[in-house]
Amino acid sequence: MSPTEPKTPTPASVEGPAGPAGQRSPKRGPGRGSSLTQNTMPWWIGPVVLAAAAVLGAALSSLITFSLALWFIFTAVLYVLISYVITRLRVNRRKATDGFWRNLVYLAFIIALLPLVSVIWSVTSVGLPGLLEPGFFASDMQGIDGSIDQQSQEEGTPVLGGIRHALIGSLLITIAATLISVPIGLMTSIYLVEYSRGGTLARAITFFVDVMTGIPSIVAGLFGGAAMAWFLSVGSSMGLPLPSRSTMGITAAIALSVLMIPVVVRTTEEMLRVVPNELREASYALGVRKWRTILKVVIPTAISGIAAGVTLAIARVIGETAPILVTAGFVVSTNWNLVQGWMTALPVYIFRQFQNPTSPNFSDPSHQRAWAAALVLILIVMLLNLTARIIAKVFAPKKTGR
Amino acid sequence: MSSPGDSPSSTAEPAETSASQKRSLAEGDSRGVFGDRLFSTLALLAGVAILVTLAFVALFLTVNSTGAIYQDEEGLILGAFLEYAYPLVVGTLIASLIALILATPVAVGVALYISHFAPPRLSKTIGYVIDLLAAIPSVVYGAWGMSFLGPALVPVYAWLHENLGFIPLFAGTPSQTGRTILTAGVVLGVMILPIITSVCREIFIQTPKLHEEAALALGATRWEMIRMSVFPFARAGIISGIMLGLGRALGETMAVALVLSPGLLTASLISSGNSTIPAEIALGFPEAPPGSERQAQLIAIGLVLFIITLIVNMTARWIVSRHKEFSGAN
Repeated sequence: MSPTEPKTPTPASVEGPAGPAGQRSPKRGPGRGSSLTQNTMPWWIGPVVLAAAAVLGAALSSLITFSLALWFIFTAVLYVLISYVITRLRVNRRKATDGFWRNLVYLAFIIALLPLVSVIWSVTSVGLPGLLEPGFFASDMQGIDGSIDQQSQEEGTPVLGGIRHALIGSLLITIAATLISVPIGLMTSIYLVEYSRGGTLARAITFFVDVMTGIPSIVAGLFGGAAMAWFLSVGSSMGLPLPSRSTMGITAAIALSVLMIPVVVRTTEEMLRVVPNELREASYALGVRKWRTILKVVIPTAISGIAAGVTLAIARVIGETAPILVTAGFVVSTNWNLVQGWMTALPVYIFRQFQNPTSPNFSDPSHQRAWAAALVLILIVMLLNLTARIIAKVFAPKKTGR
Repeated sequence: MSSPGDSPSSTAEPAETSASQKRSLAEGDSRGVFGDRLFSTLALLAGVAILVTLAFVALFLTVNSTGAIYQDEEGLILGAFLEYAYPLVVGTLIASLIALILATPVAVGVALYISHFAPPRLSKTIGYVIDLLAAIPSVVYGAWGMSFLGPALVPVYAWLHENLGFIPLFAGTPSQTGRTILTAGVVLGVMILPIITSVCREIFIQTPKLHEEAALALGATRWEMIRMSVFPFARAGIISGIMLGLGRALGETMAVALVLSPGLLTASLISSGNSTIPAEIALGFPEAPPGSERQAQLIAIGLVLFIITLIVNMTARWIVSRHKEFSGAN
C-alpha cells in the first residue's frame, strides 16, 4: 500500500464507486435530484424487503405444511429475488447482479452456521443431562446390561454406567501415539530444515509426508492391525513372550501415529523455518556445535509454535474412531494395560452405544450416554484447540529489543 | 580443561602446555563431532522412518489382501472380488459426489464472505467459528446425522419421491428413518465444508490488492471485481481445495457408518441401500476372523480406497504446483 493513502482500504471496506444497492444515502428526502445519489436506493429498502419476504414466506410455507425450515427457505429465496427485481427496476442491471451475489454469499455463510448450531444444540440438549448423572465419569460399563437400561427408561431410575474406561483408554492411546509421533516428526522436520540442502531425499520426504496426510483413517487402522499381527508372529516364532492377539491399545497408538506424524512434521517444519538465520549464525560464530545450536537456540525459539502444532495434532487424533475400532476393539471394563487386551476409546464408545445399544429395545439410556460422551469429546477437542492458541500466543518469542 | 593462565608452571614449559591445551581442545572437539554425527544421524533416521512406514503401509496392505484375489483351492478369483468391490466403489463415489455438489458452492461463498464481505474486524473470529466445524469429531457428525438430520429429512424424501419420482434418483420406496446415502452425503458435505473453506479463504486473501483496486477504480461493482480479479487468481486454489475435500469425503468412515443403513447398490438416493468402502470396513472388520478370506477382502478394498484417495490428493497437489509459477501478480 502506498503511504499517501490515509487509510489502507481493505477489500471488505471498499465499496465500488457506484456503491452497492443497499447503501445508505447521505441525503434523505429529495435526494434523487442529486447526481451523486440518483443511482442509490434508500437505506430502508433492505429491511423492508426482508420483512415482506418473511411474511410472504410464512404464508407460502403454511400453504403446504408450516415448518421453520420451509419458512427459512421461502424467505431466503423471496428476499434474494425481490431485492434483485427492485434493484433491477430502480437502478440498473449491474448493481442488481452485484446485490444478488452479495445476498447469496451472505446466505452461504448463514447456511454454513446452521449445521454447527444444530450439532452443538443436539449434543448439549441430550448430553448435558447424561453428563450430570452421578458416576458418569467414575464408572465403566461393567455389569450394565439391558435390564438395567430397560428399568431406567421405563421407571425413570437414574441411567447407570459411564465413560471411565473410555476416558482412560483414549488418554493412554493418545499419549502413546504422541510419544511415538513427536520424536519422529520433530527429528524429521529438523532434518528437513537444518540438515538437508533440498536434496532428493528431502524432496522425497516432503512428498511422502504430503501423501501421508491423505491416508484415510480407516486405512491407517488396517495398517496398524496388519503390522502388529506380522510383528507378533515374527516375534513369537523367535520365541519372544508376546501376546497372541494383535488387538490392544499399542496397536491403535501405532495406527494413530501414522495419522499424527505428517501433521507434526508439517507444523514443526513451518515453525523451524521461521527461526531467523541470524540466530543460528550468531551461535556458530561463538563456536557452538550445530547439534547444540539446534537444541539450545533453534528449538527454544520455535518451542511455542511446536507445542501448539503438537497440541493441534493431538486434537486431531483424539477424535478418530475408525483406526481405534479396528485395532483396539471395545470392552466394557477398564483396561490400564496398553499391551494386553482390548481397550475402549471415547469415540469408539460413542459409536458402539449408538450402533449397538446395550438394550436394543430400550435404547434411550444408551443414546443418552453416547451424547454425553460426545459432549465430553467435543469439550476435550475444543479445549485442546484453545490450549494450542494460548500456547502459541503466550510463549511466542519476545519481539522487544530486536 | 586447563588453560595457560591457571597453570602454575606456565612459564617453565610453554611448549608442553600448549601441547596439552591442543590435546584437550581436540578431545572436546571429538566429543562435539560425535554429538553432531549422532544428532544428524538421528534426524536422518527419523526421515527415513517415515518413508519406511509408508512403504510398509503399501506392503502390508498388498500382502494381506492377496487372499481376496487368490485362494489356494479356487485359484485366481479376481472376478469375484471385483463383483464385491465395484458397488462399494460406486457407493463411495456417489456419497462423495453429493457431498462435493452441496459443499462447494457454500464453501466458496463462506470463503468469499470471510475474505471480502465480512467486516474486517470480525473476519478472524468468523474464521475461528468455521474452524470449529472442522474440530468436531466425525463420530459426533455421524450421531447427528443418524438421530437428527435423518429423521428431519424424511418428509423431504417423501416429497421428492411424490413429485420427482420419475427420475431414477428419487424412485424406490423413500426411507422411513432417513438413513440413506443422500443423508450421508449431506453429513459428509458439512464435514468437508471447513476444509474447502479454509483453502479457498487462504487463496482469496492472497489476491493481489493492486488487481482488486484496479478493478474497483475502473468502476466495477464488488461482484465484478471478484469475478475479474479474485476468481481468475484463485482458480487453481479452489480446485485443489475441492480435491482435498474430496479426499477427505472418500475416506470418511464413522459418519457414513452411523448414518447409512447399508445395502445393495441402488440408483435411488432416498431409499436405504448402497454402502461405502470405509463404512463396510468399519462395520465388517471387528467381526472378521483374523487371517480369513473375509479379512483379506476388507483389507483389499482398503487398498482400493487408499489408491483412489492417493490419486485424488496427488492430482490436487499437481494442480497447485502447476499453477504456482503463473498464479502470482506478474
